[in-house]
Amino acid sequence: MSAATTTYREAMREAIREALRRDDRVFLMGEDVGAYGGCFAVSLGLLEEFGPERIRDTPLSEAAFVGASIGAALGGMRPIVEIMTVNFSLLALDQILNNAATLLHMSGGQLNVPLVIRMTTGAGRQLAAQHSHSLEGWYAHIPGLRILAPATIEDARNMLWPALEDPDPVLIFEHGSLYGMSGQPRPGPVDITSAALRRSGKDITLIAYGGTTGKALAAADALSAEGIEADVIDLRVLRPLDDATIVESVGNTHRAVIVDEGWRSGSLSAEIGTRIVEQAFYQLDAPIQRVCTAEVPVPYARHLEEAALPQVPSIVAAAREAVAS
Amino acid sequence: MNERAEFVMPSLGADMESGAVAEWLVKPGDRVRKGDVIAVIDTDKATIEVESFHTGTVESLLVGTGRRVPVGTALAVIVGTPPAAEPVSPEPVPARPLRKRARPRRPTPARLPTPNAPHVPSPVASPLVRHLAEQRGVDIARVRGTGPHGRVTRADVEHVEPPPQAKVSPRAKASPLARRLAAQFGVDLADVHGTGRAGAIRAQDVREAAERGAGPRPPEAVEEAARPPAEPVEVRAVPEADLERRREAMRQAIARAMAKSKREIPHYYLSATVDLTGALAWLRERNRDLPVSRRLLPAALLLKAAARAAAEVPRLNGFWVDDAFVPGKAVHLGVAISLKGGGLIAPALHDAARLAIEDLMAALKDLVSRARTGRLRGAEMTEATITVTNLGDQGVEAVHGVIYPPQVALVGFGKILDRPWAVDGLLGVRPLVTVTLAADHRATDGYTGGRFLGIVDRLLNQPETL
Amino acid sequence: MTPQQARELITSALSQVAPDTDPAALPRDADIRDALELDSLDFLTYVQTLSESSGCRIEEDDYPAFATIAGGADFLAVHAT
Repeated sequence: MSAATTTYREAMREAIREALRRDDRVFLMGEDVGAYGGCFAVSLGLLEEFGPERIRDTPLSEAAFVGASIGAALGGMRPIVEIMTVNFSLLALDQILNNAATLLHMSGGQLNVPLVIRMTTGAGRQLAAQHSHSLEGWYAHIPGLRILAPATIEDARNMLWPALEDPDPVLIFEHGSLYGMSGQPRPGPVDITSAALRRSGKDITLIAYGGTTGKALAAADALSAEGIEADVIDLRVLRPLDDATIVESVGNTHRAVIVDEGWRSGSLSAEIGTRIVEQAFYQLDAPIQRVCTAEVPVPYARHLEEAALPQVPSIVAAAREAVAS
Repeated sequence: MNERAEFVMPSLGADMESGAVAEWLVKPGDRVRKGDVIAVIDTDKATIEVESFHTGTVESLLVGTGRRVPVGTALAVIVGTPPAAEPVSPEPVPARPLRKRARPRRPTPARLPTPNAPHVPSPVASPLVRHLAEQRGVDIARVRGTGPHGRVTRADVEHVEPPPQAKVSPRAKASPLARRLAAQFGVDLADVHGTGRAGAIRAQDVREAAERGAGPRPPEAVEEAARPPAEPVEVRAVPEADLERRREAMRQAIARAMAKSKREIPHYYLSATVDLTGALAWLRERNRDLPVSRRLLPAALLLKAAARAAAEVPRLNGFWVDDAFVPGKAVHLGVAISLKGGGLIAPALHDAARLAIEDLMAALKDLVSRARTGRLRGAEMTEATITVTNLGDQGVEAVHGVIYPPQVALVGFGKILDRPWAVDGLLGVRPLVTVTLAADHRATDGYTGGRFLGIVDRLLNQPETL
Repeated sequence: MTPQQARELITSALSQVAPDTDPAALPRDADIRDALELDSLDFLTYVQTLSESSGCRIEEDDYPAFATIAGGADFLAVHAT
């Protein structure tokens, strides 16, 4: 694998290409993934390279093609399904929750569903409420699923293969604002079990994932200029959560800010905050702070959308508050 | 129903056979609660504040100050209040009318007032329980917790009859970490100035208070006022003859404990040489920008490494009692402290493996200063689970120690010396320390001891993780 | 700070860490750690006390100067205001 500059989008495409080459049971299926090259151009050129048997355009029916992919997985294939955005995945929620996540348990361990579902999540591109929500926290609620959120080009490039090797369903959430991010990925492999400490500091722990990881790192830079040094944790895996990394960091810094593009109520940030209180209560030196999306459907107007989402200044302000309180 | 309970001369260490009341802090008629410091006891080794194991009223004092009596001798009679008002009575909790939504309570083993039993050093309670205690005017420090790890539960607080003259002071707003450190250092939060939002007390405020010496908590001001003015409260100068007597008594106490150790414990000894280049460089870098009061000594790193290693090798952390090993509940690190004018004492640094390095340093300074001024607390004398001796300051290269019974291991550190040392095939001059382990062969074998030293080596080579 | 003031601060600091001794009677070039049986913690306390009472910052690199009364007094006379 080259260390040349590439984008998150290209890294993801390269990961799919590698999987298709390594294992002939692997195929890609979804709306417009073939002739159009994918709504976010992730699969551009793959139809020409691998043919319509392995790069399959589907009708606009999430329930049907996710259901079909579960059948294919049960039949020994290794499907990669692309759903355009997490908002539309709700049409397939019955298949994901009631079949993919449960069959292993309901069959007494006889039926694994080795399925990977990729979908776009998140806001920030003026796509309005029906294309902009961050619902990965809902999926992280469901036992039987593994939930990944690649925030870096390395993870975009390297998480797919271990996800395909997992005998059970794995959902990969790609934040839409990351596709154009460029950089030089280090060669894999990576694990799909642990959170990563992306920056080390002693004063506060910033916990983020996916699209908010970069904002948390930028906030850490700004805080450093004020003399506040932050640990930045990129969760990477939203289910099962890597409690140990979080608790260890909070044990060192005694303060935490959780950044989550989901809404605050009943969110992943609430789960993480509770786990910190359960497992590190006597390490806390300040109330936990959360930076989440405003509790409205994500607005279309640019200034309103920007105001509704977690931003670097709001993360910096929350960290300052934790250090001062 | 009034119960009479005897307050007896406690055993404050395996080697203690007798003691004398140096000072009574109560008089007949005084009301005492479990956990109140009611007397100062002179043992052969130190002067120690001792807490009551009962709640009630002092009926009579049976032994005057200065008279030496054997462990177990009744010193005072305390007439108890009815059990309903007593958080944990010496008997199993009797049946009583339950509250409407009483939840099934885990059966609590009867806690007999055995002074030898390790007891929880400070209360741990949830914010809700603390709030409830404040509302009811209950001093949570005096409630014996029945929850997991001695936590004070809501039921414990609800079962305490509020003292009639309880003065309700507003509860200090403090972070959980600050509370834990305050309990660790014996700092009273009421004496701490909070610098957080709305005056909230944070960890750094407690550390600074501990540095200034805001603690340990003095007896309640109310009790202070109730005491007759004739009672001497100032520290008296100890006459030279008494000092001589105490030195002699301490020698005897050490003699008994060490002879018992060598008679009964089959020691085995291991040693390892650890390269401290990285640790000392890290320490130097860390100390560079700090005021002297916050600088760390190499000893703090060595103690922390020993404590962490003991936590990783739990078979070395605990006691050999009745032909069986009893693991310690946490690593309470006994620190051998030589006293000016001779003698030795090894009080415990509580939960040392989990103390942050700067907190361990502060706790060490506090412990050494109190050991030398003779104001240790009972729990510190009885709860050490493993002991460390550091004779490096004397220029000693290695210590082959004698285990302090009933512990099962003793760790020794020698002087840090610059020596030739081969690294990657090249000879260089490096600061080295010899770490030794004396361990009880009944409890562990050399393999376990070797693992312990290996972990100490590994930890000292990763000082930033300590 | 005059050498006399520095010596007074030093004697007073030593009396605090080694209460049962008479530091004023020590030879000015004696190693105080040996003479007064100070361990590393005592020595740290000594330096801390001096740093606070003189208002002078003392680095770890400066510790060797404080091994004797004379060395400490010279250091403070030069560096403390």
